[in-house]
Amino acid sequence: MPKPILRINGLEKSFGALKATNGVTLDLYPGEIHALIGPNGAGKSTLIKQIVGEIRPDAGSIDFEGQPIDRLDAADRARIGLARTFQVSQIAPELSAVRNVMLAVEAREGRVFRFFRPVSRDLDLIAAAMAFLHDAGLGERAAIHAADLSHGERRQLEFAMALALKPKVFLMDEPMAGLSPDGSKRMTAFLSELRHTAPILLVEHDMEAVFALADRISVLVYGQVIATGTVADIRANPEVRTAYLGDEAA
Amino acid sequence: MSRETILNVAILAGLLAVALGAWASGEPFVVQLATRAAILGMAGVGLNLALGYGGLVSFGHAAFFGIGGYAAGILASAAQNYEPLMTWPVELPGTTSMPIIWLTAVIAAGLIALPIGALSLRTGGVHFIMITLAFAQMIYYFAISWPAYGGEDGLSIYVRNSLGTLDTMSPLTFFLIAFALLLLVLGLVLVATRSRFGLALAMARQNPLRLTSMGVRPFNVRLTAFVLSAMAVALAGALYADLNRFVSPTMLSWHLSGELIVFVILGGVGRPCGPLIGACIYVLLEQWLGGLTDYWQFPLGVILLLVVLFARGGVIGLVTGRNANA
Amino acid sequence: MTLFLEQVLNGLQFGTMLFLMAAGLTLVFGVMGLINLAHGSLYMVGAFAAAAAAAATGNFLLAIVAALAAAALAGAIVEIVVLRRLYRRDHLDQVLATFALILIFSEGVRWIFGSFPLYLDVPRALAGAVHVGPLSYPLYRLAIIVVGIAVAVGLWLLINRTRLGVQIRAGEADREMIAALGIDIARLYTVVFALGAALAGLAGALIGPIQSVQVGMGEPVLIMAFVVVVIGGIGSIRGALVGAILVGVTDTLGRFLLPIVLGGFMDQASAMSVGSALASMSIYILMAVILVWRPTGLMGAH
Ligand SMILES: Nc1ncnc2c1ncn2[C@@H]1O[C@H](COP(=O)(O)OP(=O)(O)OP(=O)(O)O)[C@@H](O)[C@H]1O
Ligand SMILES: [Mg+2]
Repeated sequence: MPKPILRINGLEKSFGALKATNGVTLDLYPGEIHALIGPNGAGKSTLIKQIVGEIRPDAGSIDFEGQPIDRLDAADRARIGLARTFQVSQIAPELSAVRNVMLAVEAREGRVFRFFRPVSRDLDLIAAAMAFLHDAGLGERAAIHAADLSHGERRQLEFAMALALKPKVFLMDEPMAGLSPDGSKRMTAFLSELRHTAPILLVEHDMEAVFALADRISVLVYGQVIATGTVADIRANPEVRTAYLGDEAA
Repeated sequence: MSRETILNVAILAGLLAVALGAWASGEPFVVQLATRAAILGMAGVGLNLALGYGGLVSFGHAAFFGIGGYAAGILASAAQNYEPLMTWPVELPGTTSMPIIWLTAVIAAGLIALPIGALSLRTGGVHFIMITLAFAQMIYYFAISWPAYGGEDGLSIYVRNSLGTLDTMSPLTFFLIAFALLLLVLGLVLVATRSRFGLALAMARQNPLRLTSMGVRPFNVRLTAFVLSAMAVALAGALYADLNRFVSPTMLSWHLSGELIVFVILGGVGRPCGPLIGACIYVLLEQWLGGLTDYWQFPLGVILLLVVLFARGGVIGLVTGRNANA
Repeated sequence: MTLFLEQVLNGLQFGTMLFLMAAGLTLVFGVMGLINLAHGSLYMVGAFAAAAAAAATGNFLLAIVAALAAAALAGAIVEIVVLRRLYRRDHLDQVLATFALILIFSEGVRWIFGSFPLYLDVPRALAGAVHVGPLSYPLYRLAIIVVGIAVAVGLWLLINRTRLGVQIRAGEADREMIAALGIDIARLYTVVFALGAALAGLAGALIGPIQSVQVGMGEPVLIMAFVVVVIGGIGSIRGALVGAILVGVTDTLGRFLLPIVLGGFMDQASAMSVGSALASMSIYILMAVILVWRPTGLMGAH
């Protein structure tokens, strides 16, 4: 058994009286897609935010590649290889799609504080960004302002930016949200390939996609993991059925 | 070429033509006005790097304008009075050499902008506006109550500082110096906003969360923009002191910070030449309204108010028919 | 020692003035999200209205009433004509528009009253000094402190005990909520703004007998009030009170103590000048220290 690349230990976070995450323990192994499912407000996004360092947990710890990362801030965690896609696409609306990705490339290269060379003449940077846009299926729309992209295209742009960071782990918050059935299918195919690049912690409501993609599934309810297992385990788990899957699995 | 580019070239050529034409027809006062517009425009262009491109509404950039001015005033008056600038830890003489003065102004402003920016950027939004204002005010009161450099009365520069063998007392020569530096600053700002750093600055303004998730701290990007912008404004301040051959705490006043913002907004936020256009319009308005009435700030205020309420995107927005940030 | 006590009282008196200014600023920001640079102009309007009314009637109480009315009216007009178009705009537009308002107010007042400073007399009933042991302190300044305390208590009652207060608190929490509660937001905003303006006008009128009344008198106070609001935490009246006292006392004591302290190790003349230079910076240094410690102010949210 290989070692987990990401290990989350007893993470706790309260907002006032509400325990949004209540002692969550999970891990992610190289090459796998670990899906995290749960009803609305279960604390999935809050968990992702704690992993990437956007919010600080009240208790618990996070290890990445065997090292604790609790003291690192969000930028540091991104730099060591945690890439995140957001539940609501986060892009620079006034920049073109390719510029958004070019910034991700330069950030990964650690060459942001360069003041003289115009990026429009930086052919290597442009080529690198274009390659990631193509991988995300957005090559044709490179010159469009991000504000003018459709909802689905913004999702693709998010993925191009995440790819450009060449991360060691992807943390994805509902990548299928708002996509058409067709779009979801394409996204499913895309993610299924992506796991060979880096393992994915996948928060998702779309059960069809989850069952198709996940190597393992964890179920989060009221901030607690009530079950972790393979697709078959989870489908068969009576507790999960009553707590969450309900009639969907019946 | 886009309409905006044409407008930019036109405004620069126009400013140059006005100065040359006025000089040829024996109107040094107009040359002086054009110089003023060029210098104030330069300050606006500098502020725009933080305000327009970085989204950092600094209401304290007069501090850096004044620091530039005082750098010029202090160095020059020391040299002209044959007094050392300081005697401890090393004895330093003053100077009347413009390049040394410019360099001093820019470095001094950068060094002061660093802690001010670092403190102010711990917050954002309205906090940032009020805090930058407060720090500028601190420097203002310091200048007023510190007697060594003229206090409230300011410092005079008897003869304009020197640049090689040029006759800097000639209005046209001085205009050309200011104009050349304006082009330089404009060029540098343009280059910076189109560089890798410019992309990061755009992201820091539009989506700091995303920038962080790429591993770049928005704070660092913003602080850099703030400091660079302060340096550009300080260069303008040094020239302004030389133009008037006088520097006083008014150069540090909050009123001036407000005017710098006005230049940026009048012309159009986040446009390279916007602040220059804004400064030209402001100088013209000041001149024209000042000729009409003693109470010229009243109509000026009304005009500004109308611009904010109804002409969003500034003059460039009106001409090109779209907002920079739309 | 009595001198020191006197300075502490002066600091308190200055602090209460700042509180009257800062309370309006912070209220307007908390409820409407508006940064109002023209708040100092309303202070000036109050001072001029008081001076004019006092000159016409010779009655200080009437002067105060005139100041309150003029500032509240000016505030309401400005809110209705200009500011309500700006609530949804970004802070940059608000800064510029209220900057323009300052130009209009200052020049307008100069137009009407001229450039010469006006003076208000201390009302006869409040002339003279109070003696406590060796300490004698001007009654009028003491009265200002009392008014400040009364206003603080009044504001507290208004916000915690009245319907208007409920609406204000709702507005601070959530704009949609007040709409849902069926409150007329436009009217609420005008009332809140006029209230803040009236407090500024009151401050202007009260300061009249201590300083001269002149164009531009509002700006230094405005900037100090900003420092108060930053220190106290934006939107918090309690923070404004604490911040105002802190700033008032720091500023006054700094001017008094620093030259004395520095006199211990430099000659008198330079101690005076260095001391006063440092003293003029003291409140900003105080602000910087508090910012490092708590970026959103003493009583700010999170
Ligand atoms: N900053 C916050 N302050 C207070 N409460 C919060 C905050 N962020 C989240 N919450 C609450 O914590 C709980 C968990 O929220 P979270 O966004 O993590 O849920 P989720 O599982 O991602 O839900 P969804 O499937 O709807 O995205 C919710 O009840 C939410 O209202
Ligand atoms: Mg969520």
